[in-house]
Amino acid sequence: MIWDALLLQLGYNATLVAIGATLLGVSAGITGTFLFLRKRALVSDAISHATLPGVGLAFLAMVAFGGDGRNLAGLMVGSALSAMAGLWCLNWLTRNTRLAEDAAIGAVLSVFFGFGIVILTVIQTLGVGRQAGLEGFLLGSTAGMLWSDALVIAGGGMATLLLILLLRRPMTLVAFDPEYAAARGIRVSRVDMMMMGLVMAVTVVGLKIVGLILIVALLIIPAVTARFWTERSDLVVLLAGLAGGVSAYLGAAMSASAPNLPTGPIIVLMSFTLFALSLLLAPNRGVLAAVLRHLRFQRQVHLRQGLLAMAQDQVIYEPLTLRLLRRSGLIRADGVATEIGRARAAKALRDEHRWALVRSDQTHEAAAALYDGLREIETVLTPDQIKDIDRRIGGPREVPA
Amino acid sequence: MNGAEFVPLSLTPLLIGIFAAVACALPGNFLLLRRQALIGDAISHVVLPGIVVAFLITGAISAGPMMLGAAGAAIVAVVLIELIRRLGRIEPGAAMGVVFTTMFAGGVLLLEQTDTSTVHLDVEHALYGNLESLIWLDATGWSSLLDPAALRYLPAELPRMALTLLGVGLFIAVFWRALKISTFDEGFARTLGIPTNLLGLALVITAAIAAVAAFDAVGSIIVIAMFICPPAAARMMSNRLEGQVGWSVVFAITSAVFGYVLAGYGPLWLGASDAVSAAGMIATVSGLLLAIAALFGPCRHCAGAPAGV
Repeated sequence: MIWDALLLQLGYNATLVAIGATLLGVSAGITGTFLFLRKRALVSDAISHATLPGVGLAFLAMVAFGGDGRNLAGLMVGSALSAMAGLWCLNWLTRNTRLAEDAAIGAVLSVFFGFGIVILTVIQTLGVGRQAGLEGFLLGSTAGMLWSDALVIAGGGMATLLLILLLRRPMTLVAFDPEYAAARGIRVSRVDMMMMGLVMAVTVVGLKIVGLILIVALLIIPAVTARFWTERSDLVVLLAGLAGGVSAYLGAAMSASAPNLPTGPIIVLMSFTLFALSLLLAPNRGVLAAVLRHLRFQRQVHLRQGLLAMAQDQVIYEPLTLRLLRRSGLIRADGVATEIGRARAAKALRDEHRWALVRSDQTHEAAAALYDGLREIETVLTPDQIKDIDRRIGGPREVPA
Repeated sequence: MNGAEFVPLSLTPLLIGIFAAVACALPGNFLLLRRQALIGDAISHVVLPGIVVAFLITGAISAGPMMLGAAGAAIVAVVLIELIRRLGRIEPGAAMGVVFTTMFAGGVLLLEQTDTSTVHLDVEHALYGNLESLIWLDATGWSSLLDPAALRYLPAELPRMALTLLGVGLFIAVFWRALKISTFDEGFARTLGIPTNLLGLALVITAAIAAVAAFDAVGSIIVIAMFICPPAAARMMSNRLEGQVGWSVVFAITSAVFGYVLAGYGPLWLGASDAVSAAGMIATVSGLLLAIAALFGPCRHCAGAPAGV
């Protein structure tokens, strides 16, 4: 069943939903990256919650004009309008009052959402037929989705994606370095507005699939995931799109394969899985890499200190140092230095003397700055320079056995 | 509106609404000033999986385990956010977004996977709450307030919410000076020997307790709205912390009362027959109050002093 779903064998509707979700995931991942890098990730939370009254009012309006209240395109227009109103309130509050952006976000999202709930209860009590499914906008529902709905979503996802491709240059610049962008003559506030417009578009398209409470996840999580893997801006954007697309596709396919697997939550959990894997495994920024780095550093420090202690004939008490020295074959089990151990210890002490000279000599200033107690002197100075230093500190001394 | 109608049907939900609003608004003041306003939002989202898990473990809808589950989930969320922020070196907003959406999604999935439709536990209930249904049927009028037999059937949410409010109020009162100093000048607070990190954690835990108690009674929308809107509106009214907290309490009570009355009677005045969501209406009214304060409040601008001084 799950293979059928993954290979798009569950019928026309499910296939369209999966394609639409994938397109949405890609656009959400990419848009979210710009938002995340601009440090405004939670603005999307306000925008998505602000769509609810629009959905309700659009439903009421369509019913009032004698149409079918559940027309998806109409509901999307309504949600876009109220999201715009919410965004405008958010901007106005941050710019014209003393409220910080986070307070304004919270105020907008709770008030718009509360008002949306009021309108939903009005619709319920009106008893207008066929209002069922409107709650689906809260958490998303793809079951019972009409073919035309799926088409609207797939089309909307595609359009958003195209728009992002067109706007990616200025948005990347502004997200990474607003000052540089401004210096290049880019109107930062206008680009910010376009970015918010795109977030709105993604939210509106995603309402039916993921629901307005969870769409935030699709905007934030893939971007954070991608950031673990690379430092390059265009790669972050690409990876975020990939992560969003993959999780949306897997989530949509899985939820179609069995009952009681709501699409929105599954997609969110998929993208969180990718996030958790990245947090653990990513090179450089990942937790595992950091742990390995720490262990390697610790080993180096202990070995170095151990060798220096041996060279100066001091007793080593630190168990970790002893273990490391023994495992590298530098000392025997009874703590006496081996042949190699004595050689290495002599070399370590000699390097330390060399470094001392390098650091006291003005001509080696650049090299001296690289001293951290671990760096091999050969990696910093040329053989000729080292020979010169050796001449100044005298011949090698014998290490006491 | 006479006592025979008001006391059984409206008094308890109204009081619960007021208590919940004030209990959230009080810590909300400090969260707002500390730029942690969205913690209320995060907590109210993660409460859902906590409640579902508590239900799955105990198999019963009862207040005790639910509160424990919700509080546990809130703590898990705070720890997770901190962990992701530190381990992944991610800005706090994004870390929060990752955690609360994922936990909420997990809660919804658990709800759908387990057959909880037979009991009164669903997502809509979690969002809207059921303030309207917390009625006190055994009351016959004002005299019931002194009648032990009727008082025994008072909705359990009322004393619980009152206790929570008392606890929150006590916390704020006892630590007032420390909270005030550490909110405005953390470095100075530390030199005075105030454990600022611990105090910040205690504040978040207090907020979580208020959120969980209110969530149980009135749903999550009120929680978010009351954490942010009354303090934000109060911020436009006063430059002094005392004034801000005072105003926020006034705004919270006003939103609760007006919201409840408008939800219950507003549609009747307009000729409709049924009430609308009280929680939603309370949030809406608090937003309107914020809008009015933002337009006309004496201290609405960024500069410290009120205009004309």
